Amino acid sequence: MSFQVSLGDAAKEAPKTNAVTKIAIKNLNFFYGTFQGLRSISMEIPERQVTAYIGPSGCGKSTLLRTLNRMYSLYPGQRAEGEIIFNGSNVLDPKQDLNALRGQIGMVFQKPTPFPMSIYDNIAFGVKLYEKLSKSDMDDRVEWALKKAALWGEAKDKLSQSGLSLSGGQQQRLCIARGIAVKPEVLLLDEPTSALDPISTARIEELISELRDDYTIVIVTHNMQQAARVSQHTAYMYLGELIEFTPTAEIFVKPKDKRTEDYITGRFG
Amino acid sequence: MTGITETLPAPTAGTKPRGLASKFALQDAVFHRSTQFFAVLVLATLAGIIASLFVGSWLTLTQTGPKFFVTDVWDPVRSLFGGLAPLWGTLITATIALLIGVPVSFGIAIFLTEMCPPVLKRPLGTAVELLAAIPSIIYGMWGLFILAPILAEYQPAISSSLGNLPLIGTLFQGPPMGIGVFTAGLILSVMVIPFIASVMRDVFETTPPILKESAYGLGATTWEVMWNVVLPYTKAGVVGGIMLGLGRALGETMAVTFVIGNAYNISLKLFDPGNSIASSLANEFNEAADPNHMSALITLGLLLFFLSFVVLSLSRWMLSSLSKKEGRRT
Repeated sequence: MSFQVSLGDAAKEAPKTNAVTKIAIKNLNFFYGTFQGLRSISMEIPERQVTAYIGPSGCGKSTLLRTLNRMYSLYPGQRAEGEIIFNGSNVLDPKQDLNALRGQIGMVFQKPTPFPMSIYDNIAFGVKLYEKLSKSDMDDRVEWALKKAALWGEAKDKLSQSGLSLSGGQQQRLCIARGIAVKPEVLLLDEPTSALDPISTARIEELISELRDDYTIVIVTHNMQQAARVSQHTAYMYLGELIEFTPTAEIFVKPKDKRTEDYITGRFG
Repeated sequence: MTGITETLPAPTAGTKPRGLASKFALQDAVFHRSTQFFAVLVLATLAGIIASLFVGSWLTLTQTGPKFFVTDVWDPVRSLFGGLAPLWGTLITATIALLIGVPVSFGIAIFLTEMCPPVLKRPLGTAVELLAAIPSIIYGMWGLFILAPILAEYQPAISSSLGNLPLIGTLFQGPPMGIGVFTAGLILSVMVIPFIASVMRDVFETTPPILKESAYGLGATTWEVMWNVVLPYTKAGVVGGIMLGLGRALGETMAVTFVIGNAYNISLKLFDPGNSIASSLANEFNEAADPNHMSALITLGLLLFFLSFVVLSLSRWMLSSLSKKEGRRT
């Protein structure tokens, strides 16, 4: 299963060298009980660009993503050491306000997870947590978020219907719209297309490229072509370690590390 | 059928496979018939109970008629029977039980599923379930000998404070004996909590973690996640659990009989003694020599049966209107 990964326009475009760092990860270690899931990860995630994490299953990509918004804190026994600097404060600080943090760092999951409520309420739910909007302002916000997620055309006539009435691809765009609606600065996408068909996948990828202008995006993907198509920076992870983190154009054309090369040429993984 | 058999290759190993197949077919038929028999048996039993309730209550239904359900005179000596007082008592005690029991159960279930440290999860869960294993006679004795004296001590204070509130003040008045409708409701609430809490906990745990995570991921608090996402997701199960509790509250006999005071009395004062359908039946069957009396009691039983049926239908209706509110699914 050896193949040539073709780079997308997003990757070909030269990454801005003077990009501002949005999230700085310093010497991050992560533990599931006694098992160490991440080993001294350090990297700087650039602002308003797409950063992709690739690597074989169990390499810690999703774990790393889940440290960025402290999702792991829901589960006792999981803990992180090190520093993640975001907007001048350490995300891992026990005193960190998690609700405010997650308002700034949104997340979309492997499977579409519409809430059991109407399409409109799915979007409004998150907004209501942070802002008191009048009915008309809320209508505007819902429309804005759905337009941003390229779902307005399909959903505008059935805003009062259940979010579950949409197709899988539409549901996932609803989840992205829901994430955008609270106006976060960072969007974390955890294998957002793994449960979708190719056409829906293509739409989500287009959407990611558009959202890059306004948001810092971090995407975990099993699909190397997807990383090549949508990202400007790619990190290859293996067994909890960050092996290589370079501009996407470089990692797929001339990887520095032998292990990265083995993985992207399909000799392993 | 014949077309298919013709194209099948003839069995080579003689009659053995065919013999096995017919044995399986026989087993299947026996299995099918016997499960069907058990299912039909349930329906037959239900029909039988309804029929015997109607037969037993025929005397009252024909002689007193609809008046039975709207009058509150219960006088076995003059052979005058009205079922409104026990009906009232049943509804009020069940309402009190749910008003106290449902929020407490919801809290227990949230704690057990979302916040409880793993070490405590199992012991606490088991303790809640064990509450359901306590025989109702024990609850009754505990209510009469422990709870009622304690309540009697505090009722005057409650009456003189909450009792002065506008509108709801009346509810907190009555003789401070510790025995009455309120005490019965309180006991019932303790008795329904294990049912409702353990069903709620079980259905909350069926919520996919990824759904909860996406709500937490938006920055929602535990309460917002539970109230806005988990509860709507599990509403069918939650309503089912509440109905299970309500069923027990409506039909509970022994514990209620101990503490309700057994007076045919309709009053908004919750500290007044009252009566419930189940406790009237328990108290009076022994001394009901008069056929009119007996028939009146059986009519009460029919009423209780009907009440449970209405409750069940209401819960179905509530569920369907809830899902309409959430939005159509097509």
